[in-house]
Amino acid sequence: MLDATDLAGPHFGPLSLRLAVGEILCLTGPSGAGKSLTLRALADLDPNDGRVRLAGEDREAVPAHEWRRRVAYLPAESAWWAERVGEHFPGAADANALASLGFAPEAAGWEIARLSSGERQRLGLLRLLALSPRVLLLDEPTANLDAEATRRVEGLVTGYLREAEAASLWVSHDAAQHERLGARVLRLENGRLAP
Amino acid sequence: MTVLCHTTAGYLDLSWLDLALGAALVLLLGLGSLRLRLGIGRALATGALRTTVQLLLMGLVLKALFGTTHPAWVAGLALVMLAVAGREVRARQKRPFAGAAGFGLGTGAMFLSSFTVTVLALTLMIGPEPWHAPRYAIPLLGMLLGNTMNGVGLGLDRLTQGAWQQRREIEGRLLMGETWRAAIHDLRQEAIRNGMIPVLNALAAAGIVALPGMMTGQILAGADPVGAVKYQILIMFLIATGTGFGTVGAVLLGSRRLFDERQRLRLDRLSPPRD
Repeated sequence: MLDATDLAGPHFGPLSLRLAVGEILCLTGPSGAGKSLTLRALADLDPNDGRVRLAGEDREAVPAHEWRRRVAYLPAESAWWAERVGEHFPGAADANALASLGFAPEAAGWEIARLSSGERQRLGLLRLLALSPRVLLLDEPTANLDAEATRRVEGLVTGYLREAEAASLWVSHDAAQHERLGARVLRLENGRLAP
Repeated sequence: MTVLCHTTAGYLDLSWLDLALGAALVLLLGLGSLRLRLGIGRALATGALRTTVQLLLMGLVLKALFGTTHPAWVAGLALVMLAVAGREVRARQKRPFAGAAGFGLGTGAMFLSSFTVTVLALTLMIGPEPWHAPRYAIPLLGMLLGNTMNGVGLGLDRLTQGAWQQRREIEGRLLMGETWRAAIHDLRQEAIRNGMIPVLNALAAAGIVALPGMMTGQILAGADPVGAVKYQILIMFLIATGTGFGTVGAVLLGSRRLFDERQRLRLDRLSPPRD
């Protein structure tokens, strides 16, 4: 479904990869190998070369802001610019979605300044899912979470991929997590995919 | 207390000794700064020196220009003033745009707003004969450029600094599928407001706290106070308009320049910071 050929930026690539519908591809590799840069390039957030297609459509054919809704990127640390959680969601924050990661409906009214890093990470994922993306680019989405919250996030994402016929590129260093997700694993070294 | 002589123009002419006394006051402030280690001594000294040399030069140029009404001379001086203002705008930003845009953005916006307003005022309102008579055109353009330069400089500085400081938030908004316009909207408004604040303050305080320089000058030169006030009101309106359109134009162009055709935030288009 997502098809990247000769993707390259100033500090990584060229590399090619392909995501099938419903698939999770885990990206590992030492820090500085270019994992985040690869995700940023796929979301078209940095200048980069190469051909990227979503369901056969070239990204140049899609307005950039629309592309980022379809190929959605969750950075390791998500940014918050308004005062309260709900203002960062497209439309109203859905109570069912909030509940899926253990938040009460009132969470939409919480002040950003009072969130813990784990709460920020989970709410960042929820607001991204509210865009109904076709591809999820997740940069260590469970890094600040305990075991139980990690399982919840994994369950939420795999459930979403099934329902929405989406796919995910997931940066994760945890072999046990790769197994739980049933993911194919790719290793990035010095900006290239290791064989 | 010094030698003051009456001239035919009907105002009290200043002697060089008077200017020297004024300079002594600045020197006193410089010594105070040195003693308190405020670190403004050098800027004060070069600033005072620049003021003296630049104004003397301008006086000589104007004296020579008043003998002619040839439009090319007026236009030439106007362009030199614009170029200096453009350089000044760039120098006032911590992270100006790199390359030609760093100079062109501010200069272009100032050209469009200051020159348009000056020409409108000369042809429609003040009406000297010919309309480009240097005695009216150059001082008017100078007042407009000086104020527009402040607004554009402050506005662009807030925009480029803000984009740098808030890059995570701006990119975060782009990642939530917002357009570049939506992602920069708050910062853009803040930058425009920042550039307009001096003029808005001047409008509010004029006449009560501050007696604007031009009006004071006319009154010192023997003009009727009400006539001088009418001139000053017009000038304030022109300055507000020129600064407003100049700042809005520069910030709009600048914010567009912060993003590329794929709506990516391109901070690599800014120069590295200076101090």
